[in-house]
Amino acid sequence: MDDLWQAFFKAISLVVTLDEQLLEIVWLSLRLSLTAVGIALVIGLPLGAVLALTRFPGRRILNVIINVFMGLPPVVVGLFVYLLLSRSGPFGVLGLLFTPTAMILAQVILVVPIVTAISRQVLEELYSEYDELLRSLDASWFRRITALVWDAKFSLTTAGLAGFGRAISEVGAVMIVGGNIDHLTRVMTTAIALEARKGDLTMALSLGIVLMTVALGVNLVAYTITESAKKRHTR
Amino acid sequence: MNNYSSILPLKLENVDYSAGGKKLIKDMSCQFEAGRKYVVIGPNGAGKTLLLRLSHGLIKPDTGKVNWGGPKGKNPKSAQAMVSQRSVMLRRSAYDNIDYALSVRGVKRSLRPDLINTVIDRTGLRRVAHKYAPVLSLGEQQRLAIARAWVLKPEVLFLDEPTASLDPPATHSIEELIGEISAEGTTVIMTCHDLGQAKRLATDVLFMFRGRLKEMAPAEQFFSKPNNDLAQAFIEGHLIWWKRRPDPDDAQILEN
Repeated sequence: MDDLWQAFFKAISLVVTLDEQLLEIVWLSLRLSLTAVGIALVIGLPLGAVLALTRFPGRRILNVIINVFMGLPPVVVGLFVYLLLSRSGPFGVLGLLFTPTAMILAQVILVVPIVTAISRQVLEELYSEYDELLRSLDASWFRRITALVWDAKFSLTTAGLAGFGRAISEVGAVMIVGGNIDHLTRVMTTAIALEARKGDLTMALSLGIVLMTVALGVNLVAYTITESAKKRHTR
Repeated sequence: MNNYSSILPLKLENVDYSAGGKKLIKDMSCQFEAGRKYVVIGPNGAGKTLLLRLSHGLIKPDTGKVNWGGPKGKNPKSAQAMVSQRSVMLRRSAYDNIDYALSVRGVKRSLRPDLINTVIDRTGLRRVAHKYAPVLSLGEQQRLAIARAWVLKPEVLFLDEPTASLDPPATHSIEELIGEISAEGTTVIMTCHDLGQAKRLATDVLFMFRGRLKEMAPAEQFFSKPNNDLAQAFIEGHLIWWKRRPDPDDAQILEN
């Protein structure tokens, strides 16, 4: 219990004193995860929309695969990206291994299935409601998809937040492809793992508290913005 | 917006439609001319809504043809609109619902506000124009659905029981709207349960029973002297029903 209190006070002191190293790690974590979620949304939303709106052979299998991928072990994804980017791998020449870009790539792979599956679910439900009107108006596919995504925007923020949760809390993949290099690829989760291994549990715990607070903060901001927009929208 | 009377007449030729192993529309043939108000009546399950959905192209007949007139190559869909019994409200304001319909039909953004404001005023939706459409009352939602269809200036407007579950004042305002829409040259094809409404609105009546068109006649003639005995029973207010037998023939119908 003492450890917990110590960690708590240490976390507060780290935040209050604006510890430079901590800020650097927090900033990198946020930057990587938000970028990864942004890219995953660009890929996953249209993919989810296509799965929700179209019928083609193999669609069911694709749905199952995406659902399975939601539970992809991050370490395996890390290993996969590592093999792709390692010097002897197909993309080795790009020299991306142990860079933030590699970490973003791994996180995108982890987040895309989540965004796709949630947006497919949300859009499919709305589409069953809108279908007759859209067909009656003879709306093009582009018009249908944009109308659905626009009208489901509040529900779709859940997809983004779930993806962000996965990205910011992930440690296995970014450890493997980032290498946990100080001042370059060290993020909050890898820093926690490192401190724990060094035996500095207080530091590890306090970083954990800061990480949870940051995640909570991002969720709160997103929630507040969404709710106030929703209130204005549904008046 | 549309070149008037270019897609009519609408001809249905020997149309059959089944779902779930049941034949729901049987050998239906009829013709709809421009400028009329057709009211389709008949008991529940007669196939009234299916007739509208088949004509509007939301479902395809198993056999038979739904033929629109007009020049070849012209998409007849672009000159029609439909209002369902429980209309879908897009999750946006009433104004934006109408705007969406116009945008789908390719009306320029700069031209839309005038068209939208006109239809909003004519349908009495000014007070709720910027309200979220799904929270409007049923009557307001129905007027919005009609506004969203009317703004497209369709040549043919399909209305599926537009006043079902509305109170008399709301029904009255919808009937007035239908009158105005028709007066502007739109051909109206609607279903209803209410014989009074059919009498007030129709220029022509279609009486359907068990998936078959039993009679199609000018309203005056239909209500004064229908040819079909079932139609006669229906407008006299008798309850008509049938026993489930393999051969759905009229002789099996019992009159109350």
